[in-house]
Amino acid sequence: MSRPLAAALAVMLLAGCAAPLRGTGDLGVVVERADGRVMVVESTTSSVLASVPGLGDLSHAALVYSRDERFAFVFGRDGGLTKVDVLTGSVAARVVQSGNSIGGAMSQDGSLVAVANYTPGGIKVFDTASLSLVADIPAMGADGKPSKVIGIADLPGRKFIYTLYDAGEIWIADLADPAKPGLRKFTNIGKLPYDALITGDGRWYLAGLFGEDGIALLDLWNPDKGVRRILDHYGKGKEALPVFKMPHLRGWAAAGTEIWLPAIGHHQVLVVDKGNWTEKARVEVAGQPVFVMARPDGRQVWVNFAVPDYNLIQVIDVPTKRVVKTIEPGKAILHMEFTPKGERVWLSARDSDKVVVYDTETLEPVAELPAVKPSGIFFTARAHKTGL
Amino acid sequence: MRFSTTLALIGMGIAASAAAEVPSARQDQLRDIVAQDCGSCHGMTRKGGLGSPLLPEVLAAYTAEGVTETILEGRPGTPMPPWKTMLSRDEASWIARYLMGEVK
Repeated sequence: MSRPLAAALAVMLLAGCAAPLRGTGDLGVVVERADGRVMVVESTTSSVLASVPGLGDLSHAALVYSRDERFAFVFGRDGGLTKVDVLTGSVAARVVQSGNSIGGAMSQDGSLVAVANYTPGGIKVFDTASLSLVADIPAMGADGKPSKVIGIADLPGRKFIYTLYDAGEIWIADLADPAKPGLRKFTNIGKLPYDALITGDGRWYLAGLFGEDGIALLDLWNPDKGVRRILDHYGKGKEALPVFKMPHLRGWAAAGTEIWLPAIGHHQVLVVDKGNWTEKARVEVAGQPVFVMARPDGRQVWVNFAVPDYNLIQVIDVPTKRVVKTIEPGKAILHMEFTPKGERVWLSARDSDKVVVYDTETLEPVAELPAVKPSGIFFTARAHKTGL
Repeated sequence: MRFSTTLALIGMGIAASAAAEVPSARQDQLRDIVAQDCGSCHGMTRKGGLGSPLLPEVLAAYTAEGVTETILEGRPGTPMPPWKTMLSRDEASWIARYLMGEVK
């Protein structure tokens, strides 16, 4: 073999080894909860690109993305915080930062990731580049007891807002100077706030209460007005059914000027007028709703349900507020995620060991991906949304 | 000798009747319910979450009957719901003993 030919071959081999350049905007992560593993998926072709093991206990796992949409920060039930590189399909860094965690948030500038913990309660804040700890903020309620933390979200500036489940308080941590975190506390917001959400504009923070009816609302443009109670009828009421799974408030859907949310202990979805916070309508559905999610254009709302109705999905037409289709994509539908512009929705069917992809116009299945006990599905477009 | 054999047979009879309460196919389903549905709040490894830990050393403070009752009736004032519409008393009792490490 001539020397120039050998050199040319070597160049070709090297080029063959290098991965082709690609973006991450159509990528996502599917949690395989029982195996401590995540799949990296691509929504354009409905395909699996990689499987990343070694993430610990992923029951109820959630994640947030870096602002470049390359890294997923996965929060495990065992307190693990794992930084997954979705481009290479590998673990970039991992720390076990507490005994038990529930979720987290990414700061507006992408520099900090905060984790909400159950055991011990509080938040821990990490540098997103190195995963080194920059702040550890316990959650000691006014009652002097440590509290589980839920419903964490990012606020403008290096701030995080979160709720103390046991103490019934909302706190805002200001990490402008991570060495000296500032804390603002709102106490006596109500009993057993079990989850919270922030609207996409970052203005309204709502905490659902399990221990009483109503929702605690904080206007973040006017925080001095304090927390007020809205929707006094929202809650279990007198004739509630047992709640077999906590509704997920981050699934609350904002569609136009309406917010759609799961009733607690009732087979209903509530429609609330955003701004004056009064109930506009109730839509009867097939079971106790868990996630109530709007297609990105706000034209449809998709609903999944708690056990024993969790094999069903219902699609509601927003203008007419009617259920237009009931589908059975598989067994135990735990989560759903729309593609960035909403032409498709991915559904995780835990007990069918698959992810099913539906066309949101025809409402027909268009693809299936095998997955072991899938739960959360998270597309990278979340990276640029407040509270996700 | 004969006496102890009789005792052993009685013992086996009790064990067999306890196991017979819940058919083995249903036991598989119950194990799955514990991992997945109980696991939603209590963690798939039962170390706790929004709900309290369900590890054998924690449950050792309670009787199997008490745990069974909690499964069936729930804990008022907490998010723990009553599961009696989905589980029979025998099934709840089997789950209680499963959580406490008395059956596998």
